[in-house]
Amino acid sequence: MSILPILVLALGTFAFRFGGVALRDRFTIPPRVRELLSTGAIVLLTALIATSTLTKGHGFAGWALPAGVAVAGLLAWRKAPFVVVVIVAAATTAVLRLAGVA
Amino acid sequence: MRSIWRTLDAGLWRGVLAIAAAAAVNGASFGAIAVAAGLPLWVPVVMSLLVFAGGSQYLVVGVVAAGGSPIAAVLGGLVLNARHLPFGLAVGEVVGNGWGARLLGSHLLIDESVAFAMAQSDRVRARAAYWACGGSLFIAWNVGVAAGALAGTLVDDPSKLGLDAVFPAVMLALVLPALKEAGKWRPALLGAAAALATTPFLPAGVPVLVALVGLLAVPRRADETDQPEAVTA
Repeated sequence: MSILPILVLALGTFAFRFGGVALRDRFTIPPRVRELLSTGAIVLLTALIATSTLTKGHGFAGWALPAGVAVAGLLAWRKAPFVVVVIVAAATTAVLRLAGVA
Repeated sequence: MRSIWRTLDAGLWRGVLAIAAAAAVNGASFGAIAVAAGLPLWVPVVMSLLVFAGGSQYLVVGVVAAGGSPIAAVLGGLVLNARHLPFGLAVGEVVGNGWGARLLGSHLLIDESVAFAMAQSDRVRARAAYWACGGSLFIAWNVGVAAGALAGTLVDDPSKLGLDAVFPAVMLALVLPALKEAGKWRPALLGAAAALATTPFLPAGVPVLVALVGLLAVPRRADETDQPEAVTA
C-alpha cells in the first residue's frame, strides 16, 4: 500500500469537515439527505463486519472466527467494557483454533 | 484560552477522559490489526495522523487486507466520512471564527467531539467541550495506534492468537448503539446480506460498496408519506 490512497482519503475527509464548518451560514442539508448519510455510514460498517466475520477471500471463513465475534457481540450488547470485548473475541477464536476448529 | 478551560466542570472532563481512554484502546487495536494484516508500521501511524477518522481507517485496512483494491478502499472510506459534512454544518459556529481555528478545528471534527459539543447548554461551554474532546481524542487515538502497531510487529502468527476476530468485534461494539436507533437495522441487514451474497463473485472491497443498496430500506419520513402515492395501476 502506497501513501497515495492515504493522502486522497485524508484530503477528501478534511474537505468534508472543513466544507461543513465553512459553509454553515450559507447551506442547509435537507433532513432526508442527512438521514441517508448517517444511515449510509452504518450500512457500510455493518457490511464490513459481516464480510470480515464470515468470509475470507471469496469463501467461508470457518467457524472459529464468527464464533469469537458472536461472543464478543453478545458482551458488547450487554454493555461490557471495550477492553473485555476485544480480549474475549481474540481469546474465543484462538481457543477454538487450538482445539482444532477451523 | 484559560477561561475556556475553566468553563469545563469536573464531570465533563471525566466524560472526556473516559472516551479518550476508550479511544486509546481502540487505536491500539487498529494499529495491531493493520500490522497483523501485513501493512508496514508507518501506514497505520501516518493514516491516523492525517485522516483521524477511525471507521474509515478500519474500512481501508479491512478492504486492503482482504485483497481489495486501494481505490475501492478509499471510495468506501470517503462515503463513510461524508457524514462529517452535515456534522460540520451543525457545529460550525462552535468551532471558532478565525481561519486558524477553523482549519485546526475541522481536523478535530469526529463523532464524539460533535456529540459532546451538542450536549452542552450554552455556546461557550460547547466550544470548550468540542476542543477538549477533539484534542484529547486526537492525542489518545494516535498514541494508541503507534503503541498497537509496535506491539503488533512482535506477533508472528496473528491468526493463532485470534487477532482477526478483534477487527469485526471492535466494529460491532462501535456500531451496536447506532443499530438500535429507529430505522437503522433494516437497511444495515439488507446491505450486509447484499455484501455477503456478492462476495463470491466480485473483487474484494466492492461487496462492501454494494451494501449501499440497503439504503433502499430507509423508512420514508412522516411528511413524505403524508403525500398521496402516485397511482400507477
